[in-house]
Amino acid sequence: MSKISIVFDRVRAEEKMLQKEAEQLGYDTTSIDAKITRFNTESKKADYDFGNVVLERCVSYFRGIHFTACLEFLDIPVINTFEVANNCGNKMLTSLLLSKHKVPTPKTYFSFSADAARENLDKVGYPLVIKPIIGSWGRSVVPLKDKDTVDALFEIREFTDGPHDRIFYLQEMVKRPPRDLRAIIVGDEVVAAMYRKSSGFKTNIALGADPELCKITKEIEDLCLKASKAVGGGILGIDMMEDEKRGLVVHEVNNTVEFKGLAKVATKNIPKAMVEFAVNSVRK
Amino acid sequence: MNCPDCDGNINVPADASVGEIVSCPDCGADFEISKKDGSIELKKAETVGEDWGE
Repeated sequence: MSKISIVFDRVRAEEKMLQKEAEQLGYDTTSIDAKITRFNTESKKADYDFGNVVLERCVSYFRGIHFTACLEFLDIPVINTFEVANNCGNKMLTSLLLSKHKVPTPKTYFSFSADAARENLDKVGYPLVIKPIIGSWGRSVVPLKDKDTVDALFEIREFTDGPHDRIFYLQEMVKRPPRDLRAIIVGDEVVAAMYRKSSGFKTNIALGADPELCKITKEIEDLCLKASKAVGGGILGIDMMEDEKRGLVVHEVNNTVEFKGLAKVATKNIPKAMVEFAVNSVRK
Repeated sequence: MNCPDCDGNINVPADASVGEIVSCPDCGADFEISKKDGSIELKKAETVGEDWGE
């Protein structure tokens, strides 16, 4: 019998659903708190009981990816892998990979100082959207519509001076309906998709956008498969916008995808698909 | 259980698991359910970090 571990730092509805499904499928299932787990350079796989495969589900990106690195050091299979987590956790890396693999994505401009970012803005023109390269739930995602906003925002970045504040990620503002799309892909299967409707600029469910079930079309399926392949595959949340000229464009790929709302309305059992994928991935 | 901050009464559901968050109805503080030496205790929940999310 396969044993599966779910690594968490805060138990959300998603982690409880995963645990329940894994148990119902008959797998020996353990939830492991990343915050109280220790590793060292001489740790061995036999020192732990992570089972055959781990689902890494930390809400903190840095905690999760470093925990994943430790698990891979011990040769313990993790979903998603360190490489995938790294590719998805950093928006700049995601954009580069999407573009490299010919996945339609909004045009995005990178610069490494405030002055160079201003030059980008002068050259391209307003509006552009600035996003932190690491972060979620729409935090610090700001539409830059004029020079005053840019000056204020860049000044704040100079004061806070976090390491990621020196990376300026500016994205075209896609002309789209007041919604975007989120699809969940598990391996090669798109298991569910939803529109996220919002009257505001941001469409994050965490910020109050309304979810609405979306039919998985061939276009959505093909795009999700391409985007997943571009970042390395696994269990992912693919965010898309409906550009009025180009059709669907992928703007984000999420590594530790949240699915609480979608699971209530989806026709497929999302956590079950995730558990089965994890177990099958180590059987191959 | 009693709130470590205000001594209010926090209801910890019987089916709650370690790592879940409960809130104090009196002062609103959030606590994480943890286990120490086999017994349940409440520790201050982490606040939302810059790297939190999907």
